[in-house]
Amino acid sequence: MLRLEAHDLACVRGGREVFSGLGFAVAAGEALVVTGRNGAGKSSLLRTIAGLVRMAAGSLNLTGGDPELTPAEQAHYLGHQDALKPSLTVEENLAFWVQYLGGGAPGALSAVGLDAVAKLPAGYLSAGQRRRLSIARLIAIQRPIWLLDEPTSALDRDAQEQFAGLMGRHLAGGGMIVAATHGPIGLQQAKELRLGDTP
Amino acid sequence: MSALTAIFMRDLRLAVRVGGGAGIGVLFFLIVVVLAPFAIGPDLALLARIGPAILWLGALLASLLTLDRLIAADAEDGSLDLILTGRTPLELAVAAKALAHWLTTGLPLAIATPLFGLLMNLDMQASFAVALTLLAGTPALTFLGLLGAALAVTLRRGGLLLTVLILPLTVPVLIFGVAASNAAVTGSVPFAMPFTILCALTLASLVIGTFAAAASLRHGME
Amino acid sequence: MPLIDLANPTRFLKLSGLLLPWLAGAATIALAVGLYLAGNAPDDYQQGATVKIMFIHVPSAWLAMAIWGMMSLAALGTLVWRHPLADVAAKAATPIGAAFTLICLLTGSLWGRPMWGTYWVWDARLTSVLILFLMYLGVMALWRSVDDPSRAGRAAAILTLVGAINLPIIKFSVDWWNTLHQPASVVRIAGPAIHPTILVPLLVMALAFVLIFVTLHLAAMRNEILRRRVRTLMMIEAQAAPGRG
Repeated sequence: MLRLEAHDLACVRGGREVFSGLGFAVAAGEALVVTGRNGAGKSSLLRTIAGLVRMAAGSLNLTGGDPELTPAEQAHYLGHQDALKPSLTVEENLAFWVQYLGGGAPGALSAVGLDAVAKLPAGYLSAGQRRRLSIARLIAIQRPIWLLDEPTSALDRDAQEQFAGLMGRHLAGGGMIVAATHGPIGLQQAKELRLGDTP
Repeated sequence: MSALTAIFMRDLRLAVRVGGGAGIGVLFFLIVVVLAPFAIGPDLALLARIGPAILWLGALLASLLTLDRLIAADAEDGSLDLILTGRTPLELAVAAKALAHWLTTGLPLAIATPLFGLLMNLDMQASFAVALTLLAGTPALTFLGLLGAALAVTLRRGGLLLTVLILPLTVPVLIFGVAASNAAVTGSVPFAMPFTILCALTLASLVIGTFAAAASLRHGME
Repeated sequence: MPLIDLANPTRFLKLSGLLLPWLAGAATIALAVGLYLAGNAPDDYQQGATVKIMFIHVPSAWLAMAIWGMMSLAALGTLVWRHPLADVAAKAATPIGAAFTLICLLTGSLWGRPMWGTYWVWDARLTSVLILFLMYLGVMALWRSVDDPSRAGRAAAILTLVGAINLPIIKFSVDWWNTLHQPASVVRIAGPAIHPTILVPLLVMALAFVLIFVTLHLAAMRNEILRRRVRTLMMIEAQAAPGRG
């Protein structure tokens, strides 16, 4: 059984302590919603789990997963940028990440309603479509930990509902989600971690 | 292995699609070669003597100036974050990127050299000697530049800073590249001596550049 | 028919489609006649048969310059009159202009080989043409690196006009640079004293080259219009897919 635990986590960026003494635990099938005002360190926390920001102190342990891999290597980080190349087609963009990061669940494009534009260059997509393509990547690559930074910001209501369904399926399949958000993103029974209240 | 093939093929594709930079390097190289006689004068004998040096300088600048987007482009659109969370060692990933970059910018420089050698009044043998030394030496420039490209991302500065940081490191490559080319023309030293040192420098740069670039990206994480 | 109708790309496609086969035929005939006449032209008493390279070299040099002039007019069309076909015309002409410039350079260096003993000397004329070639390549690189045609079109138009203004300055500087270093040693072929047995084939070849250019240019413009339509269609398709907003 997969379980992600953090103890006494601290993060320092640009000489400023963003947060410290942070602890949480997420198990398979659970979601953790990270909230807090701007600058409280929501993004920093996600990037720390993804291994993109060095931990200043504390520990981050993943138990029950592949012991050969670090937590970051079992996580999929969905940040503010969509990591798409405008001159490659939608299909090529997705295929590259699937090949590079591993995985390869079929039907990811149709799950987000982009199969009609699979052959078009990603540069023609709108912000919402680009975000859908990022979500397709999330599904296709099938890593157990989803790290979502404001995942619904560019999505319309339909797409948000669709995405809530996809997140539910991921949790039901034994995955876990850590999401940073300002508003509700459609996760029921999520644990909440508020940042920035205790200085 | 397939992850490396993927990143290699993606970078090749990006280089040849609309907006890609392949070809600009060769154009820049040509312009440097054309500018030299305007500064030096159209004396063919003089040009033939310094031709290998000018070709090498042009190729050196062309290889380095095309490098600043190599990793910065991936950093800006968020691709670098995902590359870092990959299960492929970062050293190999950046090496695959550098290799794709060399194939689309460094190799064309070496291929264009015999033609540009005509402008410098080099004879056949000298032109091909310079092309051969560039073929052996430009990978060293690309992989040293890879470190610069990585530093440009971690320091969030691009362009000239990269060139200023890397140019001093390229001095040995320039020395032995030009020496080997001149050896082929004048025959004062055997061609093999500077040429094998050039090859050794390239092999060393492959390792140093790759590891240094990966280390710079890892330490730059914040 | 008023000129404004030609501004309509659909109308242009239809007309140019009708015109193209005739133009291609005329270009072929003119080229055949030109080559025949050039083949029968007398050899130069000094240069022998190599002088025949001139029948390709000189017309391509004329076109290399004339095409930049045409692109400058098109650039005015883009910037001043905002004619919808102006930047299509400019873009389509650029690679053709570069090709004629390259032909001029290559034939020039082949011609120079027996005279100079080397493929390239920094002769003032050849050097100026080389700079022109670099400028063509620069405009092509600009078109290539920007995806949005209207944005690339305006930038390329400005660059083309600046190039047109600078070309005489470049020519003058190169002449000055060259004479400063070495007295002109190249045999000048052109001049008013040219013999009709050479002048007639030369003019026929020039006509053939102009016809070739017009044919290629119209075809390239048609391709460019279609390419832009494909691009627009792809954008419409992307908009029709879900997830806009």
